[in-house]
Amino acid sequence: MRIVIPVKWVPDTAGEKQIDPDRLTVDRTSVASVLCPVNEFAIEEAMRIKEAHGDDVETVVLIVGPEEAGPTAAKALSYGLDRAVRVTDDAVAGSDALGTAQVLAAAVRTIGFDVVLFGNQSTDARTSLVPAAVAELLGVPSITYARRLEIADGALTADREHEEGWDTVTSPLPAVVSVVEAINEPRFPSFKGIMAAKSKPSDVWDLSQLDGLDSGLVGADAARAVVTSAAPRPPKAAGTVVTDDGSGAAADALLDWMAEKKFV
Amino acid sequence: MSELLVLVDHSGGQPRKISLQLLAAARAVAGDLGVDVAAVWLGPGAADAAGVLGAHGAARVHHWDDADAKGFVTVPQVEALEQLVAAVAPAGVLFASSNHVKDVAARLAVRVGGGVITDATGLAVDGGALVATKEVFGGDVITTSRVADGALPIVGIASNAFAAEEVGGAPAELVPFDVTLSDAARTAPVTDVVQQASADRPDIAEAAIVVSGGRGLGDASGFSLLEQLADLLGGGVGASRAATDAGWYPHRYQIGQTGRTISPTLYLGAGISGAIQHRAGMQTSQYVVAVNKDPEAPIFQIADFGVVGDLHQVVPKLIAALEARRG
Repeated sequence: MRIVIPVKWVPDTAGEKQIDPDRLTVDRTSVASVLCPVNEFAIEEAMRIKEAHGDDVETVVLIVGPEEAGPTAAKALSYGLDRAVRVTDDAVAGSDALGTAQVLAAAVRTIGFDVVLFGNQSTDARTSLVPAAVAELLGVPSITYARRLEIADGALTADREHEEGWDTVTSPLPAVVSVVEAINEPRFPSFKGIMAAKSKPSDVWDLSQLDGLDSGLVGADAARAVVTSAAPRPPKAAGTVVTDDGSGAAADALLDWMAEKKFV
Repeated sequence: MSELLVLVDHSGGQPRKISLQLLAAARAVAGDLGVDVAAVWLGPGAADAAGVLGAHGAARVHHWDDADAKGFVTVPQVEALEQLVAAVAPAGVLFASSNHVKDVAARLAVRVGGGVITDATGLAVDGGALVATKEVFGGDVITTSRVADGALPIVGIASNAFAAEEVGGAPAELVPFDVTLSDAARTAPVTDVVQQASADRPDIAEAAIVVSGGRGLGDASGFSLLEQLADLLGGGVGASRAATDAGWYPHRYQIGQTGRTISPTLYLGAGISGAIQHRAGMQTSQYVVAVNKDPEAPIFQIADFGVVGDLHQVVPKLIAALEARRG
């Protein structure tokens, strides 16, 4: 069984971001980039499946991004995944979520897969569109928002979280899965894992090496969702701060404020 | 007249709150687009909802009255919409930016050559095209975007961005349609539906008021205090990652970069320092209130009203005052 874990190279949430006025997105040279924290839950789940099923499970990390995304793939490998594929091609720049899904689906098809294991969202764009779009392009079920995942005998069972609880579903493999943070508690990479990551197989592909990709559907010109302006959020005006005297009496001032704003 | 379709997200036979907000969003642009607002109801139950959908501005409701819509994961709804889009050639589709509905939008967009924008907080019409406002990078950046010419606009609306409003319309005209499902649509059955959320307490995604707790609560019992406060305000209860990782509250209520993104009218954080990873999930809230004993806590930088003090003193007093007010 082969599990492909697509990961994303995202701007650090804690970093201050500059907007590139020409491309209307964050200038990636202005802010440190990291492995998307939500991917850690997918990596952990892949490791648990591998540990439960033994050596016949291969785990492949997949990343689409420029050369600078290389260390992010290495970070993913340091958790114990087997090998990495990085797709690097200038033609990918400016893709929307559906264009990115085209590249990921073609790369997954080229690698070959039983399970594709995503995080349910990225911390930067947070559209959550990519896993389902990849599933559609691959023609397989999209078992997203999984808070529990079990794989046995060529099929899976999952609990898919929604606003009111969850749906338990079953699906044959191959399938695309995305996981939410309730699913597990990610491990930290070990020193051994970090050292081993350096010698694990890592391929770098361009778009011409991907099976069945229509490159006309990729990149800024193909984007069907087009950003027309981008601006930093205006800073918020300072609010009222009261200091309680230790008795809780400040609750009255808070209640007055809430009444003034018509919340009570 | 062409139509702007509103995909109704429904549960237990009722449209969810976001669906009525979607109708308000659709009404806001229908005039400028020169279109009718039409609801789409997938699964049984449209007849009982026609009154409320019409009252909120839907001229008609296209409905596919088949339990398969929710009996299998996502694909039946995608095929239903694909066939409806082919039949009525709508000007666009609005959907709820909630977990499972985003999947429907993504798969539909691939099939019909649509363009998808999610989590829109504002809608306008410019040059005959829909333009959406949204907040990205954890609310740090505000963008406007549109769907490319020739692509069907499929636009997801964020919770609480539009106020649901009854406009006194007649019950929506019921327009049934048939769907031919592929075998692939029935490969992943839903075998059980578990309701975890409290029936009386709104989910944090759609609540107008969210009370949220963090490390400062000290232990799990602090959340019963926050639930009491939330129930008095008709709000939902959320948590920081520190609190969910500690096992004090279920992960599904975690607000922040790895959890949920919320934009209530009022966010009230108790014992939450407001680390950037948490703020990324809530800083688009309209008003922020913070109760924290550390005056240096970053949450005070974005608070409209802050109380520097011990939440274990302040929150019980607030609860008592609210109860007294209620009488």
